Amino acid sequence: MSSASATAPASGRSEVLGFLTSRLRQIGIFLALIVIVLLFQVLTDGRLLTAGNVSNIIVQNSYILILAIGMVMIIIAGHIDLSVGSVAAFVGAMTGVMVRDMGLPWWVAILAGLLIGALVGVWQGFWVAYVGIPAFIVTLAGMLLFRGLTQIVLGNTQITPFPTEYRQLGGGYLFPQLFPAATSPAEWITVGLGALALIMFIASQLKGRMKRAKLNLETEPTWWFIVKVAFGAGLILFLTYLLGVAPGSRGTPIVLIVLGVLVVVYTAVMNRSVFGRHIYAVGGNRHAADLSGIQSRKIDFYLFVNMGVLAALAGIIFTGRLNSAGPGAGNLFELDAIAAAFIGGAAVQGGVGTVVGAITGGLIMGVLNNGMSLLGVSTDYQQFIKGLVLLLAVAFDVWNKRRARG
Amino acid sequence: MSTILEMRSITKEFPGVKALQNVSLTVERGHVHAICGENGAGKSTLMKVLSGVYPHGTYTGDIVFEGETVEFKDIRDSEKSGIVIIHQELALSPYLSIAENIFLGNERSKNGFIDWDATNLEAQKLLARVGLGDSPTTVVRDIGVGKQQLVEIAKALSKDVKLLILDEPTAALNDEDSAHLLDLIRHLREQGITSIIISHKLNEIKAIADEVTIIRDGRTIETLDLEGDAVSEDRIIKGMVGRDLEHRYPDRSVEVGEEVFRVEDWTVHHPTDTNRTIIHGASLSVRAGEVVGIAGLMGAGRTELAMSIFGRSYGSKITGRLYMHGKEIQARTVPEAIASGLAYATEDRKVYGLNLIEDIKRNISAAGIRKLAKRGWVDAGEEHLVAEGYRKSMNIKAPSVDAITGKLSGGNQQKVVLSKWLYSDPELLILDEPTRGIDVGAKYEIYTIINSLAAQGKAVIVISSELPELLGICDRIYALSEGHITGELPIEQATPEALMVLMTKEKEADHVIG
Repeated sequence: MSSASATAPASGRSEVLGFLTSRLRQIGIFLALIVIVLLFQVLTDGRLLTAGNVSNIIVQNSYILILAIGMVMIIIAGHIDLSVGSVAAFVGAMTGVMVRDMGLPWWVAILAGLLIGALVGVWQGFWVAYVGIPAFIVTLAGMLLFRGLTQIVLGNTQITPFPTEYRQLGGGYLFPQLFPAATSPAEWITVGLGALALIMFIASQLKGRMKRAKLNLETEPTWWFIVKVAFGAGLILFLTYLLGVAPGSRGTPIVLIVLGVLVVVYTAVMNRSVFGRHIYAVGGNRHAADLSGIQSRKIDFYLFVNMGVLAALAGIIFTGRLNSAGPGAGNLFELDAIAAAFIGGAAVQGGVGTVVGAITGGLIMGVLNNGMSLLGVSTDYQQFIKGLVLLLAVAFDVWNKRRARG
Repeated sequence: MSTILEMRSITKEFPGVKALQNVSLTVERGHVHAICGENGAGKSTLMKVLSGVYPHGTYTGDIVFEGETVEFKDIRDSEKSGIVIIHQELALSPYLSIAENIFLGNERSKNGFIDWDATNLEAQKLLARVGLGDSPTTVVRDIGVGKQQLVEIAKALSKDVKLLILDEPTAALNDEDSAHLLDLIRHLREQGITSIIISHKLNEIKAIADEVTIIRDGRTIETLDLEGDAVSEDRIIKGMVGRDLEHRYPDRSVEVGEEVFRVEDWTVHHPTDTNRTIIHGASLSVRAGEVVGIAGLMGAGRTELAMSIFGRSYGSKITGRLYMHGKEIQARTVPEAIASGLAYATEDRKVYGLNLIEDIKRNISAAGIRKLAKRGWVDAGEEHLVAEGYRKSMNIKAPSVDAITGKLSGGNQQKVVLSKWLYSDPELLILDEPTRGIDVGAKYEIYTIINSLAAQGKAVIVISSELPELLGICDRIYALSEGHITGELPIEQATPEALMVLMTKEKEADHVIG
């Protein structure tokens, strides 16, 4: 009755295939991203993977990816947040008022913006967790509420420009003047960061495997471990090359550092912290979680506070990148973030999903957008194709689950 | 007497598993034919083959119904031939009326519009046949499970059923509703309707069935004729487990120590209808190494009592006192209850006990995860080892602790629930229907685990609707009737008759307790 007996090894080759199909759900999304990247690389005659364009993809999608991290956590717990676009716009507008009208320093505005995001989260978390109103309703109301507040604060005008320091978070690079492209063969900061990331990645993978081996818990075949590590290392090296060495490279976008730290921290939180475990437990079966002593309301509340802070961060980055806070900013960001989470394998009924999956889902949409723009496909067709991708991705997930069930 | 159904050497395979191997089944017209077997033996699979859930072509073998070889493509196909299956989980739409449910997918209509008069009138007639007095316009959500079962049967009758298949029809019913249902099946037999009934309850099978076919590990073992009294329950069990089960309950040596837990004057009101009292001033105590039973009929308030004690997870306006080792404790929330040393394993493990989409190890660690964590970070290696330890000691049958709990059998799921609570290291375990829906072999294992817990000095409360079970494993039994504790009997004095008297005692209990 177990699945173990189903994958009884007949030969080495079928063993490899069996392992891959058992991991299809996790691997599928990465394969999809690679296929899409390669497809557009060919279609655009190599314009997709150039230094400048890759840098653009990262910066243009950074705020959606940050929103997707918070969103996938909320979806895992069985909720949804429709308000993040409005919240991002609201925080952008408030920071604008602070730097322009109140004359506060840029860093005070950023910190205050994050605090406002947290307070928005407290507000929505209160209604969802302690009053028991479905998150769909609370955040639908929040979407209108904070969009309205944005317009009230801005009085239907834009705030522009922002201080240079403020703008660095959204559009800046790490110390660009240190190694100017004209005189230096490479942007050594990026190369250094790439090397650091490479060492940390390989070390953490090895450490994890050694620990599992010591406890006799290793289930991954060695060949797969090597493939996985080699692939990850190759990715880091390639990105380092594009951002730091390739012709036209501009160095490391500051937002990439922010994003990298967030992905590492939140992946650890979801996999290894008690809080993260509780999120999965609440999403998988709320009743059972409650009766196991998990305070599901508290979990819900903090998830919305967390989402509020991440939405604020996205709003600040977006405002900095555009160098303006407008009443229409962040429109439909929530739908992109939700789509990213679902393409990345999150389940509508909760309990399932990963941060890395959501990021990959967000990148798939980002590469699609970018690739189609390079090809000159008009935005109406872009919408159409993105809708189709979302549908097919979730259909694949459903099919895969059914297949696993037998 | 003629044969209505013959299934010949049915074999059904799932990827990697042979669920059925050369199973044959012959059912006589106008008989009630029981099918018995442990969970996972293949009973439900066989019925799904018969009713077209698994269409022709996905299995091998022949089905001969009414003298013709049939090849059903789906359920609709089998229903057209007069075979109707009623699943364990009822398939009624809760917000529709009884009449609407009866004719769901089979609507009485005129020119494409529903003919409500015909619908309700015909429903009324069908309800009369199954002995249900409710109006056909009653919404299904508002009637109890017992009546819902009758609605299912009325629905089957509306389809001109010739062969009715009932999968565990009384699993969710109380004794009274069960008796009524069995009467109805007898009554239908008189009207010439043949029934196949799948059940774990051997006394019911004995009472109602003409023959019983026993299936074990996907094979037909034997078909026994139940006429007369030649075949005993133990004989059927022997066929199911493949060996003589000399003792259905393991022996144990009892060493009762100090009092561990005491409840005094515990009163609980309904969570929404806060003026309705559910538990009336209940008091009870448990000592170390003691297994105490709570017996009560359906609706007596057994689960409500247990859940209200466990961190007030049921009820409102709760009053009374709880003592652990003689010291009063506050257990106003589940985390407080767990911290005070309480554990409660629910009667409905799928809804309230397990995260079915999660693996074994994370279910086991759910309640005691803080023991595995340092400053909020879980030690995943340690967690794996802990879970692996329970997998071995509890004999959880799964390839590894990474297996998803939703795919385990009922007995193994229950062992995961017990592991979870053992890891939280409680002083008192409240086990609510610990063997519900579990096959005979696994039941024995669960009893053994309960015994070993008591032997370790834990206090155990077992709630069960099966009196033989309570009599088999408890040291002392409290009887609960309509929210009152109507008496307590040490095991030497406890007989089914004496308990039943206490369990059915009515309001006079107020005077007894004062």
